[in-house]
Amino acid sequence: MSFTQTLAKRIGYGLLLLIGVLILNFTLISIAPGDVADSIAGDMGGADVTVIEEIRERYGLNQPFHIQLWRYVSGVARLDLGFSYFYNTPVTSLILEKLPATLLLVFSSQILAIVLGTLLGVLAAKKPNGIVSLLVTFLSLFGFAAPVFWSGILLIIAFVSIFPLFPVGGMTDVTVEGGWFIQLLDLLHHLFLPMITLASIYLALYSRLARASMLEVLGADYIRTARAKGLPQRAVLYKHALKNALGPLVTVAGLQFSAVMSGAVVVETVFSWPGLGTLALQSILARDTPTIMGILFFSSFVVIVVNILTDITLRLIDPRIKTG
Amino acid sequence: MKKHLLAATLALTTVATTTVVADEPKNGGTLVMAIQTTPRHLNPAVQSGTATGQPGTQLFASLLRYDEGWEPQPYLAKSWEISDDELSVTINLVEGATFHDGKPITSEDVAFSIDTVKANHPFKSMFAPVTAVETPDPNTAIIKLSEPHPALMLAMSSQLLSIIPKHVYGDGQDPKTHPQNSENVVGSGPFKLVEFKRDQHIILEKYDGYFMEGLPHLDKIVMRIVKDGAARTIALESGELQLSGFEQEPRDINRMKKKDTLNVSNVGYAAIGPVNWLAFNTQNGKTADPVVRQAIAYAVDRNFLIKAIMLGATEAALTGIHPGSPFYDATVEPYDLDLDKANKMLDDAGYAKGADGMRFPLTVDFGWASAKPVAEYLKPQLKKIGIDVTVRASADFPTWAKRVSNHEFDITFDNVFNWGDPVIGVHRTYNSQNIKKGVIWSNTQQYSNARVDELMALAGATNDQEARKKYYAEFQQILANELPLYPLYPSPYHTISNKMVGNAPDSVWGTSHPLDRVYLK
Repeated sequence: MSFTQTLAKRIGYGLLLLIGVLILNFTLISIAPGDVADSIAGDMGGADVTVIEEIRERYGLNQPFHIQLWRYVSGVARLDLGFSYFYNTPVTSLILEKLPATLLLVFSSQILAIVLGTLLGVLAAKKPNGIVSLLVTFLSLFGFAAPVFWSGILLIIAFVSIFPLFPVGGMTDVTVEGGWFIQLLDLLHHLFLPMITLASIYLALYSRLARASMLEVLGADYIRTARAKGLPQRAVLYKHALKNALGPLVTVAGLQFSAVMSGAVVVETVFSWPGLGTLALQSILARDTPTIMGILFFSSFVVIVVNILTDITLRLIDPRIKTG
Repeated sequence: MKKHLLAATLALTTVATTTVVADEPKNGGTLVMAIQTTPRHLNPAVQSGTATGQPGTQLFASLLRYDEGWEPQPYLAKSWEISDDELSVTINLVEGATFHDGKPITSEDVAFSIDTVKANHPFKSMFAPVTAVETPDPNTAIIKLSEPHPALMLAMSSQLLSIIPKHVYGDGQDPKTHPQNSENVVGSGPFKLVEFKRDQHIILEKYDGYFMEGLPHLDKIVMRIVKDGAARTIALESGELQLSGFEQEPRDINRMKKKDTLNVSNVGYAAIGPVNWLAFNTQNGKTADPVVRQAIAYAVDRNFLIKAIMLGATEAALTGIHPGSPFYDATVEPYDLDLDKANKMLDDAGYAKGADGMRFPLTVDFGWASAKPVAEYLKPQLKKIGIDVTVRASADFPTWAKRVSNHEFDITFDNVFNWGDPVIGVHRTYNSQNIKKGVIWSNTQQYSNARVDELMALAGATNDQEARKKYYAEFQQILANELPLYPLYPSPYHTISNKMVGNAPDSVWGTSHPLDRVYLK
């Protein structure tokens, strides 16, 4: 099978999967009792029966399930993600409005976690039974075990309440005036705590992975050879071992993308970070089906695309992976 | 003609006196305050709820305003008169008032606003008896009524009647989804919209053409949307936030009371009137029997709930009318804790205890996290009178709302707002005509009593305050006896303000009230 055929097949599978995800999500949301008319009424402190009926009528909520599903899926096929009942805005513009904040948080925390995690892992692997290794193991376990909403609140208490170094939440302080540099500093000031919080859990993962991977590589014959020919420790570690140990780390980092997005939901809520996570939570609570569906569709789309790209990349760089 | 000009003049004098006694307000500065959720949009004419109400009352003026004493005060209406037959209300508008685009606010806009609210607002009872709004001249609007309508006064205040420009919202688009509900808002109030970023902030700026002389004092208000209560508390303590209304977490309130940079006040909110209660299904199951409901009331220790769960941050509510309302009747049976009496009532009614000490099972529902401790308290407590309680949590609000509005419950914790006059927010809970399946906060108890219906009709159709008090007293006495719901306490709404904030809001509408007199010291 040629490369083009494989690619076409992958894309075909991806599309089928996407349709499956849409139908499954729509069904699951529809099964839950109550609808957005209830949450709008709740938000308004109650509403007259005519108002509730009008909302259900307007959004087609009293139509049979299959008609609602068909309307939605055919809308998505026309690249129309629908209209948010709750926010009174097209879903696409809502998602695009929130996306930059989430991407900033996700990428900055991932970069921090990967860089710092790898460094710690390497340090720990240098002396597997040393104090540094123990410390890294302890921190990793702590990072894994501590839920992010808890560590987030701890950081707020420490660095906002006791030592008021950072703002309690949000992405910018609108009362700060100044040029782009001042605005950038303000943004970084707000980003710091949520970034650290989201990074903590992945820092644990990457440092453990880097440590294990390094230990494995350090036991390999070519490392012994490198040492035998008198290379300094630094060169052995960073030039020979790390390069080869990075493989699994990069693969895992790619696969973690969807997990980081879900972690962002919690972190964004704790820090009032105005991203997709906050939007997802708010729409789930409000039973705002088009927005929830839009976010789920968008994230599934991203994950599927990333997976196809990973497949292709692996196939291109590793000739051992056969076609078909 | 009953002249209310006197009331208006008196009210003005009171305002003037208050202003003199207090510190001299300063002009300028930016107030950073919190609101707890992102509003769907900013136009209170077609959207209820305090999320829209707090920014909405800054953007749009109403005809009247109320302070903490329930007295109507002039706002866009400089005076008002009610005719002798109580079927027409003449509103005299202040002269020279303009919208944020500079166009004059006229009686046409008042008529348009009332029509829009009547057609689109979720509370239909506010303007239901309005048959027409006449506009003999640009500064006079005459509201014609099919019957006397005492709720009109409160319905013309705060977020319930925003005066919106006809030349903007009368363009033929559906006002509920009008694009200018969220951006390029053309308001009539003290502040105009600079920016609304969902889940982030709403920035408001002083409107220089505001019709009230010398107001507003502030240059800018930044409303930050902070959902997390702990985050708001920390930000208030650190001074990052200077004002927050509708705070109701007892632990946070008590903590902030100890902070000497903060003022913590429970004044106001009586018109919002949030009352928490245990609602009973009066048509199906064991709770259809009033004796069972009364026995449960005797077994529930309201004072314990207030002290232990609400940490003393609120008080008892003996009826479904908020204790701060002029119609509240504190003389009803309070059902103080009496387990022996409760047991005896159930024994006498024939609900014998089985071998396991239980008489019958009941389900207790709750729809939000803060209600959980109360629901859980009921399990061991009602066991003492032989009722086997199953606490049923709902995944989210719509799930709970579906169960309760479809009458699939025995007992549920509930929190319902009075919304100003009892006609607007109280009648809906008890009116037998309002048993509507699928509608939350209708008469979900399915309670029906002809005399109660009659009393509500009488109290809702006279402007005679004393007569209304009498009707509502009898109404509350009957309800306290038949107990379609057992009232517990009002939500402990507090306004938290930094001590640098002068004239912190104390209206019956809480912070859903124009902040034009607020200043920074």
